[in-house]
Amino acid sequence: MPKPFTPKVVTANALLEGDVIYQTTAGWSRDLKDAEILTDEAHADLRMIEAGAQVDLVVGVYLADVSLDGDTPRPTHFREDFRATGPSNYAHGKQEHV
Amino acid sequence: MYSYTEFDHAFLAERNAQFRGQVERRIDGSLTEDEFKPLRLMNGLYLQLHAYMLRVAIPYGTLNSRQMEKLADISERWDKGYGHFTTRQNIQYNWPKLRDVPDMLDALAEVNLHAIQTSGNTIRNVTADHFAGAAADEVADPRPVAELIRQWSTDHPEFQFLPRKFKVAVTGDTADRAVIKAHDIGLRIVKRGEEIGYEVIVGGGLGRTPMIGKVLYEFVSQEDLLPTLEAIVSVYNLLGRRDNKYKARIKITVHENGIEDIRQRVNERYALIRPQFSGVDQQMLARIEADFAAPEFKSADQTPYLNAYDQDPLFRSWADTNLTAHRNPEYAIVSISLKAHGKTPGDASGRQMRLMAGLAKRYGHDELRISHEQNVILPHVHRGDLPSIYYALKAEGLGTANIGLISDIIACPGMDYCALATARSIPIAQEIATRFDELKLEHDVGPLKIKISGCINACGHHHVGHIGILGLDRAGVENYQITLGGDGTEDATIGERAGPGFSADEIIPAVERLVLAYLDLRNDPAETFLQTYRRLGLAPFKAALYPQVAGKESRANAA
Repeated sequence: MPKPFTPKVVTANALLEGDVIYQTTAGWSRDLKDAEILTDEAHADLRMIEAGAQVDLVVGVYLADVSLDGDTPRPTHFREDFRATGPSNYAHGKQEHV
Repeated sequence: MYSYTEFDHAFLAERNAQFRGQVERRIDGSLTEDEFKPLRLMNGLYLQLHAYMLRVAIPYGTLNSRQMEKLADISERWDKGYGHFTTRQNIQYNWPKLRDVPDMLDALAEVNLHAIQTSGNTIRNVTADHFAGAAADEVADPRPVAELIRQWSTDHPEFQFLPRKFKVAVTGDTADRAVIKAHDIGLRIVKRGEEIGYEVIVGGGLGRTPMIGKVLYEFVSQEDLLPTLEAIVSVYNLLGRRDNKYKARIKITVHENGIEDIRQRVNERYALIRPQFSGVDQQMLARIEADFAAPEFKSADQTPYLNAYDQDPLFRSWADTNLTAHRNPEYAIVSISLKAHGKTPGDASGRQMRLMAGLAKRYGHDELRISHEQNVILPHVHRGDLPSIYYALKAEGLGTANIGLISDIIACPGMDYCALATARSIPIAQEIATRFDELKLEHDVGPLKIKISGCINACGHHHVGHIGILGLDRAGVENYQITLGGDGTEDATIGERAGPGFSADEIIPAVERLVLAYLDLRNDPAETFLQTYRRLGLAPFKAALYPQVAGKESRANAA
């Protein structure tokens, strides 16, 4: 039996700044909580194709697993956790604006 | 210090203009990322976890004060006010914006610095002993030949798409401070009678398959060095495996084919290309050597040093720990620790860089070095000036007396920055240093090198740490493996894996058990951790690391 599709978000880095970004229903956001949550595999494939086509905006598009806390996506792997927040030795990156 | 010629300036300006055009074409969409990536990597620009990263080469680790000031300016103008010095004598800026990178490269070019070939499958920044030209026992300064190799390898048309990256390190001393046996090619300057030449070592490397390099030639004369290097890289370029990234480094080529086979192939290739080397390279080397003439050392009053040493225990501790004997007995080599307890190993703020530049200008014959151990060196300081230097450093958080001690940790950026990492390195280094500072033990423990890598690629040199720590991802959790007994010096040794890994919470107590066990096991305070390990082997240290397992085994043996 194929593995059930678990919730995902489309993520990438912004071409100009390099920031970690997430695909939303309307475009891109630097905040994971704004991300469009993908629960259907066919729809996820479609959104990946659309994201990957935006070569002048984004770099390195991929699907990242999330778990759902109500409607809020949370990273399931520590790497995605660091991407969502920033480095642990300085409050740089996204932490600067929190 | 090498001074750029008109050719060097023109080459760099043209290359930077070329990259500026490539960046513009990427931004306007004419280049895809697949097309742009190899171009940006050739110019030292990575895309990491949170941002771009620009890796700037500091050839053979040598800087003058003007260059260090420029590195400070760049950190403040285009980054977040700091830079990270790496184990390959590079500096990395962690937060540049793509649009700004061409301007950063132009700013670097103003002081004869660049980021060319700090990435990609090319010959990378040539590294050297950070005490070059100053060490008491040196045969010859390795920097002129390192500069010759930099010029030869930069934009070398045959070697822009090697099977994999290629790293060269040079030392001019019998004591190896450049880890030459863990490089694709390691060179050691040696003498045969009165003639200067090179011992050539190939096929060393750390990473997934750590190997100690093998001697290809015991003595290569100066005029034969470049054709020999060209023959080696040429043989590797054809023979090296391109089918498997993990088997593509020359260490695997040497391992699979055997050193005898490689030597024969290199001999054949050498015979073919040797006539192309007409001796121009030796004329260039002679000019480069003149640029690296020793400074005019002064003779002056040493009383300020002797007084401070007698009267200030903090200065005394720093002097005992951070100074190394200089070839001129009135002078000392100063190692400035970038490892303040609890701070990020290898990071310096713009202010700190500017201070070190100023000290080098005023007291240090305008020279600075970056060590592969991620510290900054003032190679030529008169002893009478040491107190002034120490108090200035201390005021900027640079007076830590810990060179070669347990808190002088090499750590790669790990998963806090690096896209390849499988776990974090920096917080582990910070916590170990903080813990041993609390214990006030590190001066009693003495020389002990801890080296931490956040993935199998081993940028943190964990295999050659007396205690090596490798961060891995085990089923979605950070896990840290310990290796013991590694050594990156002339007695190069790959460390032995101690056993199962530890979680992030367990690793600091595990290191503490290990160090306390050493204090119990050593014959006397003069026996270092590494000597004790070599005398006793893994078993007693393993018992300290895994007390529950050791307890079970002893109960089973008693039963």
